Amino acid sequence: MEHTHFRKREIMIITSAWRAAVLVAAILLFPSFAAAKKLNVVTSTTDLAALTQEVGGDKVNVEAIAKGYQDPHFVEAKPSFLLKLKNADLLVSVGLDLEIGWLPPLITQSGNGRIQPGANGYLDASQFAEILEIPQGKVTRAEGDVHPLGNPHYWLDPDNGRRLAKGIAGKLGELDPNDSAYFQQRFADFDKRLSDAEKRWNAEMAPYHGSKVVTYHRSWPNFAKHFGLDVVGYVEPRPGIPPSPSHTIDLINLMKRENVKVMLIEPYFDLRTPNSIASQTGGKVLVMTPSVGGEKGVEDYFKLFDYDLGLLKQAFDSVK
Amino acid sequence: MIGDFIATTGRNRVVPAPVLEMHESELGVQAIIDPYARGDFFLSFGEEGVNLEEGYITFTALPGGIVAKGGKMRSAFGKVNTLHNHVLPWIDRPLVSNNLVGGEDGIDDAGFSVTRILPAPKSLFLEATGQVFRGDASDVFKNSQRRDVSVVGHLRGYGDISESTNLDLGISYARGHNDFGSTFLTNLYGVDATLRYKPLRRAIYKSFVGRGEFIWSQRQQPAGIPCAVGACDSGIAPNFQRAFGFYTSADYQFARRWFVGGRLDRSGRARDARIKDDGTSIVLTYWPSEFAQVRGQYRFTRYGAPFETGAPPGKDDAHELLLQLQFSLGAHGAHPF
Repeated sequence: MEHTHFRKREIMIITSAWRAAVLVAAILLFPSFAAAKKLNVVTSTTDLAALTQEVGGDKVNVEAIAKGYQDPHFVEAKPSFLLKLKNADLLVSVGLDLEIGWLPPLITQSGNGRIQPGANGYLDASQFAEILEIPQGKVTRAEGDVHPLGNPHYWLDPDNGRRLAKGIAGKLGELDPNDSAYFQQRFADFDKRLSDAEKRWNAEMAPYHGSKVVTYHRSWPNFAKHFGLDVVGYVEPRPGIPPSPSHTIDLINLMKRENVKVMLIEPYFDLRTPNSIASQTGGKVLVMTPSVGGEKGVEDYFKLFDYDLGLLKQAFDSVK
Repeated sequence: MIGDFIATTGRNRVVPAPVLEMHESELGVQAIIDPYARGDFFLSFGEEGVNLEEGYITFTALPGGIVAKGGKMRSAFGKVNTLHNHVLPWIDRPLVSNNLVGGEDGIDDAGFSVTRILPAPKSLFLEATGQVFRGDASDVFKNSQRRDVSVVGHLRGYGDISESTNLDLGISYARGHNDFGSTFLTNLYGVDATLRYKPLRRAIYKSFVGRGEFIWSQRQQPAGIPCAVGACDSGIAPNFQRAFGFYTSADYQFARRWFVGGRLDRSGRARDARIKDDGTSIVLTYWPSEFAQVRGQYRFTRYGAPFETGAPPGKDDAHELLLQLQFSLGAHGAHPF
C-alpha cells in the first residue's frame, strides 16, 4: 500500500518536472509567450511612438523606424527594419504620403499579413488629425514635392496629438480588448496632462501671438496655427526643392520688408543658406526639432513642445 | 512613367551605341489587388518595341512570414540583375552583367518566387529566396522543352554597423539549360557586397555607397576542334567554359544634388572564357530635383576581341562619353536601397 503511494508520488514528481521542463523550454524557445502577450507596435516616426507609449503604457512594446533627427521624407528602407515589422501586431504611420518613398516596400517585404494596408494591424494616423494645406484644384510637380492629400506634419499641433492618442488608444483596445479599459484610462490621464501643459504653453506664447517667422520646409503649419505664428516665407522655393540664389534674394527682401527676424530650421537641413540670410537681415536661425528625439533630452511628446517653445521665446526676446 | 534618354560620343568599334537614343521609357503600374496581394507591372518602351519587363502578383499575407510572387520578374541573382535601369548608379551596366548575366534584360523570366526572413542572431537580417523560372532568359538560359526550367537561389545577410553605416552581403546561384539544348547546362555563382554610409542628420546631403559583385559562369558547350582566341565559329569555344567577372564601384554624394562615382570592370566571356574585357568608368550625376537626373559618364573599355563572327581577332580600345537625361512623371515611387 505504502509502495503504491510512493509510486504515485514519484509519478507526480516526474510529471511535474516534465511540465516544468516543457514550460522552461517553451519560454526559452518562444520568449514572446513569457512576455505576457504585450502588443508589438512599430511606428514610422518617433512622435507616433511617443504617443503610443503614452496610451499603451506597459502593455505595449513600441519601436519607431525613423529617428527624430532624420528627415522623415528620406528614410532608407533598410532590411533591419523588416526585423521590427515582421513581428509587429500594429503599424502606425503618419500617412499623407510622408513615408511613400520607403514604407510601402518595407510593408510588402515584411511577410507580415497583420500590418498590410487594410488589415486590422495597419493604422494611418492621419485619419484622426486636422489636416492643413490640402491642395485645391490640380496639383503638379511644378509646385515642388507637394503632398496632394495635405501637409503631413500635423503632429506638431498638441490638439492633433490628443486626437492621435485617442485614435491609437482605440486601436490598441480593438487589438487587445482585455486591456481596452487600461488604454482608455491611460488616454484620459494623457489628455489631462496635455490640457494642463497646453494652458501653460499657450500662456507662454501669448505675448508672441502674430509674430512673423520664416521656415525652411513646410513642416510647421499646424504648430504655427496652434501657437499663433505667422509663417510669411520659406527657405525652400518650393517644397523639396533646395534654395536657389534668386529665391534667397527674394526671401531676404521679404524678411527686411516685413521685419521678420526668426527662422525655424529643421535639424536635418544645411545651415549655410539660413545663416547667410540671417547675417543679411539681422535675423536669428533657430534649429527647432520637429520630432521627439530630434535633440538630446527631447524624450517625449511634452518635452518636444517644452524644447521648441523654450527656444522660440528666447529667440523672440533676443530680437526685440 | 520614367524616361531615359542617352547620348553617346567617342569611339567603340566592338559594341557601338547610337549617338542619340530614347533608350527606354518605363511605365510602372502598381497597386494593392486585395487584402492578400499586390500587383506590379513595368512596361518598357524602347526603339525595338514594347516589352513587359516585369508583371507579377505578390502574396503579402501568407502564413509563416513567406512572401511569394508569381509572374514575370527579374530574378534575385546578385544585385545589378535585380535593378531597373533608372535606379542604377551608372548609365550602362557592368561588363560582367553583359557578358555573363544577360545584360540589360538579364535573368528576367516567368516563374515563381518565395522569400522568407530566416531566424538569425539579433540585429542580423538573413533572408532566403528560391525561384523557379520557365528557363528563357536573354542569352543565358534557353528552354527547349517544358522540363528545361531554371532555378535561382539567393541568400542575403544584412547588418547595421552603426546607425549610419551598414553592410549588405549576398550569395547567389542560378542553373538552367542553354541555347545548345536540353543536355547543356549553365551554372552561375555570384557573391555581392554593398557598404553604405549615410549620416542620418545629413542624409539628404552626404552619402557613400561602395559595392562589388563577383560572378562565375560554368557553361556546357559541344566538344569540337580547338580554335584561336576570338576566332572560333560563332564566337563559341568548345567544351566546358568557365568564365569569371566582377565589378567594383564607389559613389559619393558631396552635395544635395551632386554625386561622383567610379567603376572598375573585368569579365571573361561566357561562350569563350579565354576572351576577357576590361573597363573603367567615371560618373558625375546632378539631380535638379528628386524627379529628374542629368548624368555624365566617361567609359574606357578594352575589349578582348570583337563579338562579330569573322571580325579580325585582337584587343580593341573604346573611349566614350555618355550623357543621360532621366525624368519621372506620376506618383512618387519608392526610393532605391
